[in-house]
Amino acid sequence: MATLTLNQIRKTFGKTEVIHGVDIDVRDGEFIVIVGPSGCGKSTLLRMVAGLETVTSGEILIDDRRVNEEEPMDRDIAMVFQNYALYPHMTVFDNMAYGLKIAKTPKSEIEDRVATAAKMLQLEPYLARKPRELSGGQRQRVAMGRAIVRKPSLFLFDEPLSNLDAKLRVQMRLEIKDLQKQLGITSLYVTHDQVEAMTLADRMIVMNGGVADQIGAPLEVYENPATEFVAGFIGSPATNFLPARLFSPRDARIKTIGIRPEHATLTTAGSGRLPAKIVFTEALGAETLLHLRLDTGESFTIRQDGTAPVPTEGTACGIDWPDSRELDFDEAGKRL
Amino acid sequence: MEKRVTFKGWLLPMLLLLPQVFITAAFFFYPAGQAIYQSLFIPDPFGLSMQYVGLGNFEYLAKDPYYRASFVTTAVFSGLVTVVSMGMALYLAVLADRLIKGSGTYRTLLIWPYAVAPAVAGVLWLFMFNTRVGVISWYLGLLGYDWNHVLNETEAMGLVVVASSWGRVSYNFLFFLAGLQAIPRSVIEAAAIDGARFWTRFRTIVFPLLSPTTFFLLVVNIVYAFFETFGVIHTITSGGPQQATTILVYKVYKDGFVGQDLGSSAAQSVVLLLVVGLLTVIQFKYIERRVHY
Repeated sequence: MATLTLNQIRKTFGKTEVIHGVDIDVRDGEFIVIVGPSGCGKSTLLRMVAGLETVTSGEILIDDRRVNEEEPMDRDIAMVFQNYALYPHMTVFDNMAYGLKIAKTPKSEIEDRVATAAKMLQLEPYLARKPRELSGGQRQRVAMGRAIVRKPSLFLFDEPLSNLDAKLRVQMRLEIKDLQKQLGITSLYVTHDQVEAMTLADRMIVMNGGVADQIGAPLEVYENPATEFVAGFIGSPATNFLPARLFSPRDARIKTIGIRPEHATLTTAGSGRLPAKIVFTEALGAETLLHLRLDTGESFTIRQDGTAPVPTEGTACGIDWPDSRELDFDEAGKRL
Repeated sequence: MEKRVTFKGWLLPMLLLLPQVFITAAFFFYPAGQAIYQSLFIPDPFGLSMQYVGLGNFEYLAKDPYYRASFVTTAVFSGLVTVVSMGMALYLAVLADRLIKGSGTYRTLLIWPYAVAPAVAGVLWLFMFNTRVGVISWYLGLLGYDWNHVLNETEAMGLVVVASSWGRVSYNFLFFLAGLQAIPRSVIEAAAIDGARFWTRFRTIVFPLLSPTTFFLLVVNIVYAFFETFGVIHTITSGGPQQATTILVYKVYKDGFVGQDLGSSAAQSVVLLLVVGLLTVIQFKYIERRVHY
């Protein structure tokens, strides 16, 4: 149980600065997800919290204690790696018990804690096996178990689900969320998958090019993206962006307008705000995606309910949306 | 999945195999066969006739105290060479693995000694430790230590061990470094987060994961110490003082080519062949089992 504070964290590799001053305040027991495309510095940030990378400037505080200079082992954290990083020559039991053995925990307590974790993670039948005899999902569970048994004050997850297949990923996602709720341990979770971020996070941090573009609850970020990047990154299919010159903007500073696919509606040709043509349609059952091309050349996606009639490809149409749903961005991509 | 290339006829694969088969036959099977054959005979002093003696040569060897002493010398020598060269190489590889800047230079320089032929390496060390003009023996003299490997058996053994290990360190270093770099960084990081400090990590994670490399090097280095150190011993001590550095392979040469006792020499080769064969079998049977994870 702990709070985590990052104060103006910067990181330079050689002469390139990859993290440009990030501030985060994580409350006790909170599940924070850092999401962003590859190369945005999210993993580096996590590794700095873990103590695996040095901090160039700024402060990391765990429970208001400065840990910048502390070794990973002294920070009271546990980390789950993308490739699990299990010890291949040890059994599942030994993998989970490793940290406790080093901490010279009494044997009976080690057995108790491992047994509890194994039960929680349904790993009991596999305790005597080596990692290579386990499936991907089971290995993932062992990595989780290794983190749990140590009862750390902070959990760090570095894209833990990206090596699993889609179905398992959804299942493990729920299990991680459930586990974190049960244990109430403050967690920092890094992913490039915005769906993972939306479902897991109490609050999420959207990172772009070494900067935290927005910090907030998932729905808040979705409804109110702070920048053009966030609007484009969060939500699938992605937000449609149109240059403001296509309309007469309410404000001269507006350069780009964003409309989420589910907020736009299809109208008959000649009506609506913009004329377009249907290029192709994807009927997915619960919803249908309509891919359009504006007469001015831009592409545009509309998401409509699966029960609505699917229009024929190639027909002319119009696009409309309510004013309240318009996301206006200035030249720098900032929301107005 | 293993990809298998298959040939349609017999001719081409046979043709491709031929060079290797020829080399093995000409340089291994033929001499080995000759040695076995010769070990059953005693030639006369002029090499004009041979007399069949059955296992007489072997019986003689079994009773020969010098031969038995040579066994002990070989065990000590190869044990020391293996431990020294592997220990040193592992130490350097661990250091090189931690290095970020300048690791290329460091590695290149460490690999160079491997390119020096054993006999040349022997001469190099001989010059440095020469009792009259050697640099190191001179410095040792200044420190009040009277170095003389020509008379002192322990010093002679020490010198041939160091000279034989030197070039070997490079070879072992390469394999250890490759082995270390094959260990996923995240596993080491996980251990660090789990609370293991450098030495604990090395003992519980790195060394066990390195065991296949260590095992391979153990086999290769023992075989090296048994056979390929001939040049070093020949140039530095010629097996002396007395018999102090006469390892089995050197005795084969000394008795056969210097002493002209070809029968006994051939018998010794056969024994050597059996010993190395046996060692390898033991290593693979008992040690290799424990190195896989």
